[in-house]
Formats: sequence, C-alpha cells, structure tokens
Amino acid sequence: MELALTTTGFEASNWAHARPRLKAATEEKPWVRLACITVTVLFLALLLFVPLASVFAEAFREGVRVYFASFSDRYAIAAIRLTLLAAAISVPLNTAFGLTAAWAITKFQFRGKSLLITLIDLPFAVSPIVSGLIYVLVFGMQGWVGAWLSEHNIQVIFAVPGIVLATVFVTFPFVARELIPLMQEQGTEEEEAATSLGASGWQTFMKVTLPNVKWALLYGVILANARAMGEFGAVAVVSGHLRGKTNTMPLHVETLYNEYNFVAASAVASLLALLGLVTLAIKSAVEWKVRRDYEAAAVSESS
Amino acid sequence: MSIEVEHISKSFGHFKALDDVSLRINDGELVALLGPSGSGKTTLLRIIAGLEAPDQHPHASIRFHSEDVSSRGVGERRVGFVFQHYALFRHMTVFENVAFGLRVRPRRDRPAKEEIRDRVERLLSLVQLQQFSKRYPSQLSGGQRQRVALARALAVEPKVLLLDEPFGALDAKVRQGLRAWLRRLHEEIHITSVLVTHDQEEALEVADRVVVMNNAKIEQEGAPHEVFHQAKTEFVMKFLGQVNVFHGRVRQGKAEIGGLAVDYPSYKDEAARPATVYMRPHEFDIRRKSNGKPSFPARVVRTNSAGAFARVTLQRESGETVIVDLSLEEFNQLALAEGELVHLYPKNARVFIPEVAV
Repeated sequence: MELALTTTGFEASNWAHARPRLKAATEEKPWVRLACITVTVLFLALLLFVPLASVFAEAFREGVRVYFASFSDRYAIAAIRLTLLAAAISVPLNTAFGLTAAWAITKFQFRGKSLLITLIDLPFAVSPIVSGLIYVLVFGMQGWVGAWLSEHNIQVIFAVPGIVLATVFVTFPFVARELIPLMQEQGTEEEEAATSLGASGWQTFMKVTLPNVKWALLYGVILANARAMGEFGAVAVVSGHLRGKTNTMPLHVETLYNEYNFVAASAVASLLALLGLVTLAIKSAVEWKVRRDYEAAAVSESS
Repeated sequence: MSIEVEHISKSFGHFKALDDVSLRINDGELVALLGPSGSGKTTLLRIIAGLEAPDQHPHASIRFHSEDVSSRGVGERRVGFVFQHYALFRHMTVFENVAFGLRVRPRRDRPAKEEIRDRVERLLSLVQLQQFSKRYPSQLSGGQRQRVALARALAVEPKVLLLDEPFGALDAKVRQGLRAWLRRLHEEIHITSVLVTHDQEEALEVADRVVVMNNAKIEQEGAPHEVFHQAKTEFVMKFLGQVNVFHGRVRQGKAEIGGLAVDYPSYKDEAARPATVYMRPHEFDIRRKSNGKPSFPARVVRTNSAGAFARVTLQRESGETVIVDLSLEEFNQLALAEGELVHLYPKNARVFIPEVAV
C-alpha cells in the first residue's frame, strides 16, 4: 500500500496523518444524535414524567396523613376491592382462554382459523366504550336477555357481573396474542415426540407445551392484569357509578375528581400509577430474562 | 418385530403423498426409505408410527408382527421415533429428555426411580454421552443432539425404531461418523429399524435393504447392490449414482445410439421405438485407437484426478456430455490431453423403452 502511494507521487506519511476516524456507514454526526436524544427525553419528560410526578405531588399536598386517609374511606376500599375482584376473575379466565385458543390455533388445522385469529383481536380494535355498550345492549333492561334476567332477579348491568364481563372482554386478547406467534414458531414436533414416547395429552401439555411458553404466558398475564386494573371506558358504561357498589378504582378517581376532591382523586390515581409502574418493572424483568435465555441458547446453537 | 403395510394411500388436499403402497419389513432388518423430497417416504414413516392416519381404504392395514395396529395411537404402538430436527425437549436436561418416556408411564408400569436412573445412564453410555447428562439440548452439537434423540427413543424399549432423515441437518463429516455408528448400534441391538433419507449414499451404506420411492409409489426394493446394479426403472437408474443418458431407438434386438449398437434381446420387432440408454461413468473403457468393438468417439473436455478415481468429462460430436470414471492407474497410463479425440467402449448399458399409452 505504502509502496503504491509513493510511486504514484503521494506523500504517504502526510496522507496517513490526515486519515479520518474510521466509522460505520450508519453512524450519524454527533450533533444529530444529541438532538434526537434530547428531543425524545424532553418530550417524555413533558408529557409523561411531569404529569405522573404531579399526580404524586398533588396526592401528598396535604400531607402523608391525608394521603393515607384517602384509602381508609369506605368507598375507596370498596373500589380497590372491586378492581382486585375483577382482575382476579378476568386474568385467570383469560389465561385459560388464551392457552386454549393458542393451542387450538397452533396445533390443529381447521376451517375458519384466520377468522378466529381476527376475532381474538377484536377487543384491541374496537373502542372500549363500544365493548361496554355491547353488554348494555345484550344484558340491559331493554336488551335481548335483560327482561328474562330481571324476571329471575339476576342483575348484570349496573352490577358486579357486568363489570367483570366488561373486564374479561377487554383483556381477552393479551395472553392469546403473546402465545400464538411463539407456539407457531415452536411447531408441533416436541408434542409429537412426547406422544410417541407414550405421554397422554394432558402430560404433553403440562410437561412439554406449558414449560416452553411459560415466559410468554407470564408476559401476557402481566399485561392482561395491568389492563384489567386500569380499564376505564368499557367498565364506565356498564357500571352506573354506584359508589361503594360498582365503582372500580379508575371510576372512583373520576367520581372524586368530579367532586373537586383533588387530593383524594390523586391519591387513588397514584396507587393506580404505582400498579402500572410495578407492572412495567416486572415486564422489563421478564423481557430481560427471556432475552438472556434466548441469547444463551443462540450462542450454544451456533457453536 | 416385522412390519407389514398394505394398500396404504394418503392425500393432503389434492396432493397425493402415497398411492396404494404395500411393504414388508422383516424382523431385525434395517430398511432405508430412499427418495427425493415429496416422494412420500416421510409420510409412510409417519403412518407406520401412527403420527399420521392413512386414507380410509377397505384393505388398508398396518401390522406389527401380524397384529393389526392401525387403530392404535402412536403412544400404544411401542415405536421409537427419531425426528429430523431432533425435537428434544428444550427445557429439560439430556437426562430428563431420555427419562421422559419412562416417567410419563402410569404409576403401575413406571419403573422405580433408581431403575429409571440406571436405565438412562446405560442408554447414555450406549450413545456415548454419559458426561453430558446435565446439559441442555441448546448446549450440545447437532450430532450430540441426534444421539440424545436416539437414546430417548430407545428408552421406552420400542419394538420398532423409526428414523426420519436422522442425519439430514448435520454436516458431511459428522454424518459419515454417525452413519457408521448407527450401523454398529443396529448390529448390537438388532431392533427392526426404518430410516428415511434422500441421501442415496447413506441408504446404500447403512441399510440391509433399500426401498426407492418416487411420486407416492415404491419404485424398487432390494439389497443395496441389487437396486444399484439392477435398477428396474429409469427413475432408480437415474436416482442412484451418476449416470450418462443417451437417447436412441430399439429395433430387432438392438438398441442404437448414434452409430453404437447395444444388445437388447427382449425387443425383436422390426418397427423402431424410441429408447433411452443409461451407462454408468465407471462402465467405460477409453482407447485412443478403435479396436473394432462397438464404440463411439468423443472429445476430452476436462479431467480431474483429485480423488479416489479420475473423472473425465467428454463431449460427443452431437454435443452430449459424457462422464467417465477411470482408476487413477488407468488415467495416468493414458495421459489424456484436453481437446483430444478418443474412443469410448461401453462395458455395460441399461436400455429402457418409455411406456407408450395404447
């Protein structure tokens, strides 16, 4: 190289000094990078962090005692209890449903499969208000089965069953959606192997299928739980805002806010926000764990 | 245990994977199902295993040792199935993988813990993986995984071992080693085995008997040397080993290809019919001068002596390429030059008359 340069008349030593820093083709100029990062951080701070912090600030405005007093209120306790109940019913139900749906879609061949996948996505696609309205139309007094239900003294709308139904509806895609792509990728060979070794369907499911999808399952459950606790729209339609009876935490926040009780509203909201933050933390931990497992597998795969 | 398969057909939608196939596999035999992809070999294996159900047919049957098993599920057939991509349980260690088939047994048939451990350890030493029992499948090489899959299949003491392209995903060197190892293992345990492969070399080397499949049907079955040297159909002739193809015609007991006549006594008619003549690369002599025997001229295009024999590529006047394999000794004696015109003397030829629909 040096020889070639000197023979063509270049001063090799000067050229070597002037040589620019080596960089990748996709590398940007430093100020572009800095600008991008600054804009993102500012945007997040202004729209996300400041409001979130202000919720906590507002909640603690009149001191820690008042903050905690907001939770000892009978209606607040009822709201927390109802939220936990709705989550406690809808999350296990949708876990079971999600597993069944994912199993059916990925391990069997049948007609109308793509239609089923589309239907599972429906709650993601329609507005939560519509989801709530559907239940009012079906189970309300003027609805298809409303009259029959009221004759038998069963109340669904403006009662706890309606809240649970609406929560189940809006959370049912989460688990199935997490599992389907993974199970599709994993295929059916391991299940076939288990069956050929004499395992029953149940043993195959418990010992082979479930362990293979456990992280995706947990991830789906975490997301479904976050949505179940935070759902507002669908639940608002079927609830009727009966304090102490059909108010969930998000609805309770709204009620308090409408009554200009900002401290109490912020206190309950801060609890919801905290739930969200914890969910995010668990989600990140799961993601990190899955990625690490995946990389470990990939490293030994390539060796 | 012998396997008898009779009148088995299988369609996937409009695609016919198997068309009325019947096959008998003797007790203790290692049979290779050989064919290109889509020939139906894997489907046949999966039907024997019970992983796939054959199409309904009044005379269809699958018998193990004369006992009809067609209505039995895969778990009840006592077959060991080795999958192409191993299908090891990725969240279990090697030990747990091999123990799986014993641990899922109903309590009354399940061996005691110590017995399971002993059996798994025996199997792991059989496949030479004792020291890897605590590893996970992702921490093993392809060849090691395949051996774990084999040990796992053998753990349930199957009466039949079925292997689907067992070495398909491995590189050439590892394949070679595992092939020889599988043959030795079979000699040791003598379990009736069926191996699916698209690699003719593998089938011819490992199997007692080779079943060549094409287009959902069995083309020919027989000992490796039989199917190789006495191909019954054009497909088998072309699929096994390299071959030179010449198009000519048959008439009065002779097959003619551009000036060369080969005996073909089974066709004595006056009227000529088109025919295809096959000659293997090693079934030629090359001479510089004609000695009166039937031969045809060709020009040397390329020579390659890097190997156990020398390969000479030649071209006939008509433009057809002919490949000839010579022993290195012969090749060195001849000292062929590229571009040189020589005479080719076929030592053997196979003639096929294409079936004409009447």
